[in-house]
Amino acid sequence: MATTITKPETLVGKRIRRKEDPRLITGTATYVDDIQMPGMHHACIVRSPHAAARIKGIHVKAALELPGVTAVFTGADTKDVGPVPCGASLPGLRVPHHHILAVDRVYFVGHPVAVVVATDRYIARDAADRIEVDYEVLPAVADPEKAIAAGAPAVHPEWPDNVAFHFHQEGGEVDKAFAEAEVVVKERITSQRLIPTSIETRGVVADWNTGDKSLTIYSSSQIPHLLRTLLAMMLGLPEHHTRVVVPEVGGGFGSKLNVYAEEALMGFVAMKIGKPVKWIESRRENYLCTIHGRGHVDYFELAARKDGTMVGLKLKLIQDLGAYHQLLTPAIPTLSVLMMPGLYRFKNIRADIAGVFTNCVPTDAYRGAGRPEATHGIERMVDILAAELKMDPAEIRLKNFIQPEEFPFSTGTGLIYDSGNYDLPLKKAMEIVDYKGLRKQQNDSRKQGRLMGVGISSYGEICAFGPSPATPAGGWECATVRVDPQGKVTVGTGASPHGQGEETTFAQIAADELGVDLDDVLVVHGDTAVVPYGIGTFGSRGTAVGGPALYYALQKLKEKITKFGAMLLDSESVSYSGGCCTCSKTGKSVTLGEIAGASYRAMKLPEGEAPGLEATYFWEPPNFTFPFGAHVAVTEIDRETGKVKVARYVAVDDCGRIVNPLLVDGQVHGGVAQGLGQALYEQAVYDDSGQLLSGELTDYAIPKATMMPWIESHHTETPSPVNPLGVKGVGEAGTIGCSPALVNSVVDALSPLGVRHIDMPLTPEKIWNLLQGGQQ
Amino acid sequence: MKKTIRVTVNGISRNDEVEPRLLLIHYLRERLGLTGPHIGCETSLCGACTVEIDGKAVKSCSVFAVQADGRNVLTIEGLASNGHLHPVQEAFWNEHGLQCGFCTPGMIMASKQLLERNSNPTEGEIRHGIEGNLCRCTGYQHIVNAVKAAAAKIGA
Amino acid sequence: MIAENFDYSAPNTVEEALQLIAKGGKVLAGGMSLVPLMKLRLAAPEHLVDLGRVAALNGITEDKGSIVIGSMTTHHQLESSALLRASCPLLAETASLIGDVQVRNMGTIGGSVAHADPAADYPAALLALEAKVRLVKSSGDRTLAFSDFLIDSFTTALEEGELVREVVVPVETAGTGVSYQKMLQPASGFAIVGVAARIRKTAGKISFARIGVTGLSSCAFRAAAVEKLLEGTSGSEEEIGKAAAVVADGVDANSDIHASSNYRSQMARVYTARAIQAAVSRAA
Repeated sequence: MATTITKPETLVGKRIRRKEDPRLITGTATYVDDIQMPGMHHACIVRSPHAAARIKGIHVKAALELPGVTAVFTGADTKDVGPVPCGASLPGLRVPHHHILAVDRVYFVGHPVAVVVATDRYIARDAADRIEVDYEVLPAVADPEKAIAAGAPAVHPEWPDNVAFHFHQEGGEVDKAFAEAEVVVKERITSQRLIPTSIETRGVVADWNTGDKSLTIYSSSQIPHLLRTLLAMMLGLPEHHTRVVVPEVGGGFGSKLNVYAEEALMGFVAMKIGKPVKWIESRRENYLCTIHGRGHVDYFELAARKDGTMVGLKLKLIQDLGAYHQLLTPAIPTLSVLMMPGLYRFKNIRADIAGVFTNCVPTDAYRGAGRPEATHGIERMVDILAAELKMDPAEIRLKNFIQPEEFPFSTGTGLIYDSGNYDLPLKKAMEIVDYKGLRKQQNDSRKQGRLMGVGISSYGEICAFGPSPATPAGGWECATVRVDPQGKVTVGTGASPHGQGEETTFAQIAADELGVDLDDVLVVHGDTAVVPYGIGTFGSRGTAVGGPALYYALQKLKEKITKFGAMLLDSESVSYSGGCCTCSKTGKSVTLGEIAGASYRAMKLPEGEAPGLEATYFWEPPNFTFPFGAHVAVTEIDRETGKVKVARYVAVDDCGRIVNPLLVDGQVHGGVAQGLGQALYEQAVYDDSGQLLSGELTDYAIPKATMMPWIESHHTETPSPVNPLGVKGVGEAGTIGCSPALVNSVVDALSPLGVRHIDMPLTPEKIWNLLQGGQQ
Repeated sequence: MKKTIRVTVNGISRNDEVEPRLLLIHYLRERLGLTGPHIGCETSLCGACTVEIDGKAVKSCSVFAVQADGRNVLTIEGLASNGHLHPVQEAFWNEHGLQCGFCTPGMIMASKQLLERNSNPTEGEIRHGIEGNLCRCTGYQHIVNAVKAAAAKIGA
Repeated sequence: MIAENFDYSAPNTVEEALQLIAKGGKVLAGGMSLVPLMKLRLAAPEHLVDLGRVAALNGITEDKGSIVIGSMTTHHQLESSALLRASCPLLAETASLIGDVQVRNMGTIGGSVAHADPAADYPAALLALEAKVRLVKSSGDRTLAFSDFLIDSFTTALEEGELVREVVVPVETAGTGVSYQKMLQPASGFAIVGVAARIRKTAGKISFARIGVTGLSSCAFRAAAVEKLLEGTSGSEEEIGKAAAVVADGVDANSDIHASSNYRSQMARVYTARAIQAAVSRAA
């Protein structure tokens, strides 16, 4: 239950209902498909039904003849538009030129081939059916291990081995550690391809003003400013004549942290026809053409001593990249490498990544972006090691955790973990579930022939991206705080929330710092004409990077406020608090509103100060932040069907200081739901010819309300020293912690049958096969 | 061959000429400017388009506007009355039963239907009642809390 | 997302409807199957005949030991009908497990049986109930056993110009235990397998058993072999298991990304046993 406090008592740390919600619960918010403009046209995209083919010809005449059709464009028209950008660079990276419309070949089912533009959405759809494309179908390969095997069809003819890059990273003395180890456990672990499935698909409205030659793009995006910079480049436009407006966004989860062909394509179309144009992605297009997540085949080797001390980890990571690089595609698996040792002290690591092309839609960032894969890997390996050594999984973790006095901790992968107290959430979780009692219960249930499992995951995560040198495009964030003549506050943030609630949390922070009512603060975002520049919202950075930027802007502003207050009160002994500047000698005070008014009227100015009352701050983070936690899942397997029932789910998460506990709980629940979806239900299934078999919501099971357990969500708060707010970020933590807890639990349930590992998703059929003594 | 339809939407009578294939969701969103109900799929699964026809919650993406001729349609925009939020709306707000908001209008309509048919639902009944509405953000837990809170408020 | 163009009529009487269908019109019932197909352009009828205003086709009445259900009666009406819940609880229970709330508010029994999706729920119950369907066309009407009406995937005995007027089920004899058990395909909510069971006991032995199975193969079927093995037994767990074990024998089980034919067959056995178990425990 939330409170409805708006008075100036401390707001940070309180469960406050959101300022975003009134428009959302009344249906008066504006998402991109809600935008209407005079003369607006509609676009329908024609896409390849084949995963690999040469385009022999495209026949558009019949489409153009349909009344209401304004234009048809193909790759021949758009080939000079800049390629869809890959922002990640790796040594030796092979980058295929990614045209916004296919030119002579198609590389995955759904690859855009032509666009029809009509006055009406229905006519555009009809016209699309009239376009005929002659294809010469070519062999395709959809599986990354098949793609790097001898004899596989070449996805890109110039690179017949289908390898886009090799990446190697090493730390410590791995060979020595493995040579001296007393036990080594090995396992092949997959993190399957997932479809992000935000409920709002992608969509773009492009508006070209022919008079002043300026383009405005409305897009359901997570990165308005980066999108503007990159689209301007692609379209050959001056950036100051390009504007991106991100309206309400119906979920992103990383899938809208990108620059897509369709965004540039709509810009191109608008510029050609001189009218606004709208394209809204269908769900089928979303499944075929919006980036997928994960796509790992990982070979892990964990070395340890017999007493359970882990000494080294090797990883061979095969990353399914898809047919192209989208914005961060090749970088995502490198994030897995960064987090491969998890919360554990050992520093001897070796990782080799092979980035592999396949005839599928590209993979890229999806909730966790590389870290769920890493955490799933290490947490599964820890359980496998524990089973090998006949050690309790909680005990082996506690034995290997980095201890609080070791922070800041330099990992074998080159990171510096900011702060941590890893025992805390695990012990708390164990207490909450009565771990000893559960193990006893498990023993009893085994005697009755029941299959009950207890699974732990102790996860660490890297987020709040991040120090700019370590990012592709900068990792700082920007905040502008402006007080208007009335004394009301507008915060402009370069973060681009799409459900995370920064309009509320940032208002809480600003209201506390300035001593004003929550209602007197408005947070704006998403419009590049309104907010100077920003990096955007992804990688759990909204509060952890956007927040400090705001904090520092507020400090700057308070300095100016205090100077004006001192001037108005004609005193040096003034302090600003509770929305007023007060003279300690006379007790006289002036309000923020009076100060603001004076700053704009400028009858008199303090020494060295200019009129106006606003402050902008660009904050460069000195480090990432590292949330952590422990999840415990109790499962029961139905022997007859193989169905997994989640009997109990406890999450203890530490995201540093919490600004709004109500919102943090929401992020954990949502994160766990996506982790559970991966663990039990979801998989993007391609057949050998590259057809996506799980191509609609009827075949790809994202969790429904009936599929979710009750999540007991708890927190510990270990502040981060990286930023003055002490916040770490929580958006992805739930997902990262969840899948290993569930899989560990089910493997634990099946361990009496000799099961050691199961790959996700743990479908009933897969479990049932194991119960029959068969393969997965 | 266009058809004339007479539909009452959120209490207001409308006369319109429509192609038979015009979906009710498009009629509401584009002809009437009621963009509260949303489109999230084309296989009638996600429920983001849920509205009421004659008091029954339906997926307006799978109904042609012509089928609504002569009927009463209620969308999310018609829930609040005289500036007062419906108890279900208020409960979603208080309980943080939404994040990105895209599924929310449909989710609220489904929750309203649930409570009209079952005034004091258990957690399991709530989950079943919103089985036709997908949410990717919340994990449904705060939505369950919202429906429980609304039930208590309405019943009080 | 957008269907092809079509002509549309909304008749008020059965006679009007039949005339339109005779001219080639395609019936639109609740639309829960047809409209999505049209939106995906997998179906493109030129003329839709909306039966939604034919009041004569909606309703649930009792008639001499049978319950007569108009073809345009919605799943929600079936699941919430006091008459049906009392007199034919199996059908009411089955209706309540179809799709979701919104689908049940629009979808109709007539539309569902005429569409004949091999994973639909009603056929299992209707076969177990030995239901009848009354069909009507301009030249007259006829009554078929549901088992004769349902032919194959998406294929029924409906002739051109004919529509389903009513579905007729028996008033359940007192003391009959019934159950419909369904293994959900988690994405679509359709049945991977669904089994309906009706059991009667006399002097402690099963004297009557009717089992309907859907989702397993290209067409729902009555598991006569299972029924035979049950009759005369006391309905113990072991006897039920033995009977259920034969449900998939000789059946060509479906295979897709959600369940292989082997697993599906095994789940048919499991769910058959569960349906029988539940029905037995409810039998007086």
